[in-house]
Amino acid sequence: MVIGGSHAAVQLAISLRQNGWDGGITVISEENHMPYQRPPLSKAYLAGDSIKEQLALRAPAAYEKLDVNFMLGVKVKRIDVQAHQLELDNNQTLGFSKLALCTGARVRPLPIPGADLRGVHYLRTMDDVTGIQQSAASAKTAVIIGGGYIGLETAASLSKLGIAVTVLETESRLLKRVASETTSEFYLRLHRENGVDIRCNTMATALEGDSAVSGVVCGDGLKIAADMVIIGIGVIPNTELASDAGLEVDNGVLVNEFAQTSHPDIVAAGDCTNHPNAILNTRLRLESVPNATEQAKAAAASICGLDKQYAELPWFWSDQYDVKLQIAGMNQGYTDAIIRGDKASRSFTVFYLKDNTILAADCINRPKDFMLAKKLILQAQPADMAVLADETTELKTLITEQ
Amino acid sequence: MPVINYIEADGTEYSVNVAEGVSLMQGALDNMIEGIVAECGGCCVCCTCHCMIDPAWSQAAGSAAADEAEMLEMVDNTEETSRLACQVKVTAAMEGMVVRLPESQY
Repeated sequence: MVIGGSHAAVQLAISLRQNGWDGGITVISEENHMPYQRPPLSKAYLAGDSIKEQLALRAPAAYEKLDVNFMLGVKVKRIDVQAHQLELDNNQTLGFSKLALCTGARVRPLPIPGADLRGVHYLRTMDDVTGIQQSAASAKTAVIIGGGYIGLETAASLSKLGIAVTVLETESRLLKRVASETTSEFYLRLHRENGVDIRCNTMATALEGDSAVSGVVCGDGLKIAADMVIIGIGVIPNTELASDAGLEVDNGVLVNEFAQTSHPDIVAAGDCTNHPNAILNTRLRLESVPNATEQAKAAAASICGLDKQYAELPWFWSDQYDVKLQIAGMNQGYTDAIIRGDKASRSFTVFYLKDNTILAADCINRPKDFMLAKKLILQAQPADMAVLADETTELKTLITEQ
Repeated sequence: MPVINYIEADGTEYSVNVAEGVSLMQGALDNMIEGIVAECGGCCVCCTCHCMIDPAWSQAAGSAAADEAEMLEMVDNTEETSRLACQVKVTAAMEGMVVRLPESQY
């Protein structure tokens, strides 16, 4: 039994078959859609550049071939660990020999007056985007609450649709928790050049409107007109089923490097897990597709009695307008930020270092730097900052091993 | 639906139908062809769907865009006809195309 029906669940089902699992596989998903790609939702899909069919993770025939059964629009109410049973919200009870939690995360709600007005949206699922597109069809103005990657991607997509967009960020700069000042400044400039109004140090305190939203009230008393509002202030891992079942949970379902939970017959993978990363020597809870799919491979192996350690360098990407950002590694705890290229241009890389060793890199329209940054981070050798900053020296020269 | 022939590095051959407009990457995923990893799902950002197009069909496949070419430049064991499978959309002209996959995508 697999609870959850997104990237981790699909990979897990496929990997189970590849590892020779010949028992039944059932994927139980609260959503009414067959598994689809989530990253394009705020990007190409919202902007109308791709259609629903293109988002399918696998063609329907592939699931038939794999003999994977889907239960859509069904919620698991409780895991009875003792009886190895799942209680569903349709009053059905299903037994399992092995269980995989791929429950993902849900949007963090914004607890302010008016957040339930029509025209107020979050962005996590395909249904969310359908709602956003319905509002966007007639909206002239939109306010986005939250200047993180989801908020900024949504701002870019809506502004592409011809809507006047304002982004509200409570921090002093965009992306403050995740990126250097240089990266933040770049995105501020990029959005302003595209006509998006970015307001930092601004907190939304209420949403106004009769039945549909018409405006946002900010902490300083400022009112901004809005035909639609999108809230993007982060996610919360879905761990309730796990904790109710007595599994260990701490900012995510606790798993080891083989995606095993504290129960021998239960594995977990994806956004819902808190897992160790041997490369970074720390525990992480990540919100990313590569994390979901690679961890799911380890989880499937564990179910089949095989050992496949999950130890990958985290990486992320973001598409906004014609700018592609690729992020290698995690920059937490960095002491130096070295810029390679012209930060006033649309193509440069920010390397994050600690003790002269590269932790991470934000590569803005620099796919080549991204590929090399991954190698340099994994190499974990002190890097010459002068070389990193000097475009006339090839990054390749810093690679010591092959 | 054009037939595409994928050949894994170990010689395993898959002859599968891939609908026009669908990428070579998706065609491989839908048929559980393991030589394609596709970490990013087809957004030209991860470089784990490298493939080598048989020269007989390289014209039909077209050439790589700038960002794709830059990423491929950093991949070991590329060939002149190397592409990222997510960026090649299947057309009628690709009927019978032979696509070889590398030993590793990393």
